[in-house]
Amino acid sequence: MASRFKEVLNSGKFVVTSEVAPPKGTNIEKMLHHIELLKDRVDGINVTDHQSSVMRFPSLGGCLHIKEMGGEPILQMTCRDRNRMALEADLLLAYTRGIRNVLCLTGDAVTVGDHKEARGVFDLDSLQLLKTIRLLETGKDLGGNDLDGKVEFCAGAIVTPEQRPIEPQLIKFEKKVEAGAEFFQTQAIYDLDNFAKFMQYARQFPVKILAGIVLLSSARMAKYMNENVPGIFVPQKLIDEMASAPKGEGVKKGIEIAGRMIATLTKEKICDGVHIMAIGKEEVVPDILAAAGLA
Amino acid sequence: MKSITKQKTIDEIKGDLNKLDKIFIIGCGTCTTQLKTGGLEQVLEMKNRLLEQNKIITGWTVIPIACDEMTEVALKENKQAIQSADGILCMSCALGVHRMSLYLDKPIIPAVDTLFIGLEETPGTFHEVCAQCGQCVLGDTADICPIAACHKELVNGPCGGTNNGKCEVDKTKDCAWTLIYNRLKAQGRLDIMRKYQPPRNFHVTLKAKVLKMQRGG
Repeated sequence: MASRFKEVLNSGKFVVTSEVAPPKGTNIEKMLHHIELLKDRVDGINVTDHQSSVMRFPSLGGCLHIKEMGGEPILQMTCRDRNRMALEADLLLAYTRGIRNVLCLTGDAVTVGDHKEARGVFDLDSLQLLKTIRLLETGKDLGGNDLDGKVEFCAGAIVTPEQRPIEPQLIKFEKKVEAGAEFFQTQAIYDLDNFAKFMQYARQFPVKILAGIVLLSSARMAKYMNENVPGIFVPQKLIDEMASAPKGEGVKKGIEIAGRMIATLTKEKICDGVHIMAIGKEEVVPDILAAAGLA
Repeated sequence: MKSITKQKTIDEIKGDLNKLDKIFIIGCGTCTTQLKTGGLEQVLEMKNRLLEQNKIITGWTVIPIACDEMTEVALKENKQAIQSADGILCMSCALGVHRMSLYLDKPIIPAVDTLFIGLEETPGTFHEVCAQCGQCVLGDTADICPIAACHKELVNGPCGGTNNGKCEVDKTKDCAWTLIYNRLKAQGRLDIMRKYQPPRNFHVTLKAKVLKMQRGG
């Protein structure tokens, strides 16, 4: 059984993925509700892996639920919390349970999260994790031993088109392509002209690029991200537009902006798809899709 | 090269000296003197603070280089005062604590935390430039060590947390990979940055790490 998501990626269709965040605790109702809401509307659902280094229910657990519910999971794997043995083992488990897509990330630093004194592992990095997947597919592990039964994954990675300076980021992007990444979900992008320039460059590589769309909920949020989130740049024009929204209608405005951006990306065929991150407001993802004309 | 230290809080020292009433204090004339964490001045300050805590100070000394073998001689010179103490408060780095433990059976309590081996790049500013990982990558990283300088010890380029040359863990910290990139670029050697670096070997030398020099070679 190959990856359903990979088939969509290669179909030429404009691909849409979104994501759900597992709970802090054992109450998984909200996550299951979000999966239910998204599973037939998008081509793949990412499950975040202790996002921002905050300890939560595991990504692999969330992906198993998506699978059971008939959705297409994209397993986010960071290298922050597991050494190479644990990462390999989780890949074996994921494969046997029908998970076929993995997004390889290095992971945020431990100190930005809620277990600030924990040891960051980083035994591997995102590139080495990509290579590990390709190695496991040959039936070997990192110890040089034979596997009794191998894996097969559609492997992806992330890229940050707004990072400054950009060249080191592009060098790493190319290394990820060489290491076997088949698709990229980008960090949030808001400046479509700049993103189009990035795409002109990225088009030369045999990979699919899904633009990261993060829902804006207020002008304050946009300013906060500009000041505090590496690699995110919200142009002043969009901040002004968010500020112009009547009180209590920030999210509505954010949906309108996200929908408009996705529609432009689709119409002008700028990239291969989008990855929608609603960050706590997963309920409105169908509204964003409707605003983009994709519902 | 210096062993970089910071003094423990007096509360922590007090806790560690619990049940030890008679104390002999030892400072070091090298690293902790330069860092002002365990030189003559700090030893005398510590003596007064411990007296305030009703400790009995049987004596004190500042050994020129606490981690070298001459420490044995310095300890012998203070034999009587050390013998009458319940314990030693050591104001050298952990290397000095260990050296003293080779010659003394009494409890030796460190008064400082040993942070890293560092270089004084500008007066008063110490940088960890080598993490002593046993697998030197400086040849590929323009002489800036990503193991020491990158919070995640990444060897394949910057992570997504780099921001205009700064690091996500602290906006005042330089991103090691931006520094490496700038230097490789200036040297016209950016092709090196494109090289895939395989997973590191974390057991180049097994713990406890020991190196025995070959004789006569």
